[in-house]
Amino acid sequence: MAIDDQFYREFILDHYKNPRNFGRLEPADITHEEYNPLCGDLVGMDLQVRDGVIEDVRFHGRGCAISQASASLLTERLKGMSLDEARQISKDDVLDELGIDISPARLKCALLSLKVLKVGAYGLAGEEDEDEA
Amino acid sequence: MSMLRSDLDVAAVRKDFPFLRTGVAYLDSANTSQRPRQVIEAMEAYYSEYNANIHRGAYRASEMATERYEATRDKLRAFVNARSRKEIIYTRGTTEGINLVAYSWGRQHVREGDLIVLTIAEHHSNIVPWQILAQEKGARLEYVDIDDQGELRQDQFHALLERKPRVVAFTQISNNLGMITPYREMTAAAHAAGAIVVIDGAQGAPHLGIDVQETGCDFYAFSSHKMCGPTGVGVLYGRRELLEAMPPFQAGGDMIRAVHLTHTEYAPLPEKFEAGTQAIAEVIGLGAAVDYLQGIGLEAIHAHEAALTEYAFEAFSEVPGLRVFGPPPSRRAGVIAFDLEGVHPHDLATIVDRRGVAIRAGHNCAMPLMERLGVPAVARASFYLYTEREEIDRLVAGLQEAKRIFA
Repeated sequence: MAIDDQFYREFILDHYKNPRNFGRLEPADITHEEYNPLCGDLVGMDLQVRDGVIEDVRFHGRGCAISQASASLLTERLKGMSLDEARQISKDDVLDELGIDISPARLKCALLSLKVLKVGAYGLAGEEDEDEA
Repeated sequence: MSMLRSDLDVAAVRKDFPFLRTGVAYLDSANTSQRPRQVIEAMEAYYSEYNANIHRGAYRASEMATERYEATRDKLRAFVNARSRKEIIYTRGTTEGINLVAYSWGRQHVREGDLIVLTIAEHHSNIVPWQILAQEKGARLEYVDIDDQGELRQDQFHALLERKPRVVAFTQISNNLGMITPYREMTAAAHAAGAIVVIDGAQGAPHLGIDVQETGCDFYAFSSHKMCGPTGVGVLYGRRELLEAMPPFQAGGDMIRAVHLTHTEYAPLPEKFEAGTQAIAEVIGLGAAVDYLQGIGLEAIHAHEAALTEYAFEAFSEVPGLRVFGPPPSRRAGVIAFDLEGVHPHDLATIVDRRGVAIRAGHNCAMPLMERLGVPAVARASFYLYTEREEIDRLVAGLQEAKRIFA
């Protein structure tokens, strides 16, 4: 009913069913995968970078609508962005774009692709613990 | 609709469970059950009327606390039909019980090259402690597979027994497949092969119960919080001869007879395995839970769950794309893992949660089983004595809604 239409909004379902930039890039300058051990969700990302700018990006994986749609949305945002700019993308940016009220239990799903980017491109880990549900 | 009938007065039972007043259709009892007010009140009475430490009985409150704490042991002895109250060890839960066996018995008896037989359907808590032991000792692990029906392959089990395992550890009821294992036959066969038998009763104790003498198992571990009792306490039954010969698991206060600077004489059973101040309120609460369950009767509870399971199977069969894992209702307990084509289990759980229906979604602490089933995760609905059909109807409506949203 209405309440779910609000959560599983049309554009989220659209990104889930028709993911943008889905697949692999070979060769890739940056490749990284992360699991969400809680639910087995997987997101991997391949990036091609020239002169510090993300020229192309693809993602692959499997999981719930939130993790996959969030990854798809992130790839759209990343294309053409410099690595320095991409580094500034915050959790709130990702959540704002999803635009839905994510329960603590589902935060990891929503932020999995951002983690892939941060760990893969910048070697930043240790961001996940505070989201532990 | 259902062929099975149950004599349980569900409406009356539901009045005992304060949580159910929230209106949530709680279908996650295999994860943790709800607690009746009798349990909550027993704990409150301890805290407000005779709160004191046990086994230091210099005054009345401590005597009372000790008496109630030990009364639970007698109730548990009767609950599993152990020979002696000394065979009932309090733990923090099933996990600690299995760890105790793997640590204390395992380190004493398992040697390089020994075989430990588990099953693919085990909860992580009945896998990881054995892996650690096997790594430490250079022992080997083998897993009994499941067949297409989701039941343990007995042919493979018997083939493994030919190799004379040291330990055979398996669950009484799978927390995902819902199957009730042929635990009596498996125990007898494992004993005939010379193994000791450890049964994970986390799901079995609340729904089936056990007679440890009739079953003949060497160890049986279960948790309070899945059987209407509080969290933080569990039980390990162990055969007395084995427990007597085992070294302590944890050391410290309460598990000693005398401490000298050079050595310690340990307390007799069961205190030898109960170091430190115990979860007194929780143990007392568990005693109330055992009383409560026995007042209703495990047979009546099991019959009620069997009827619900049959009802759920029929209702689920009307949801296109829904796939249930595990055997048919006649050979299972009231826990049903399933998935729905085109909808990830987590999305399912979120959608039904927004309709006030609580189910589990994920690997349910059984990643090897998920891999075997070829799925990253499942959704799971599980029932208990307070579950009613209307709650299953609400789940099914939520599943239909999920289908619509993801169509």
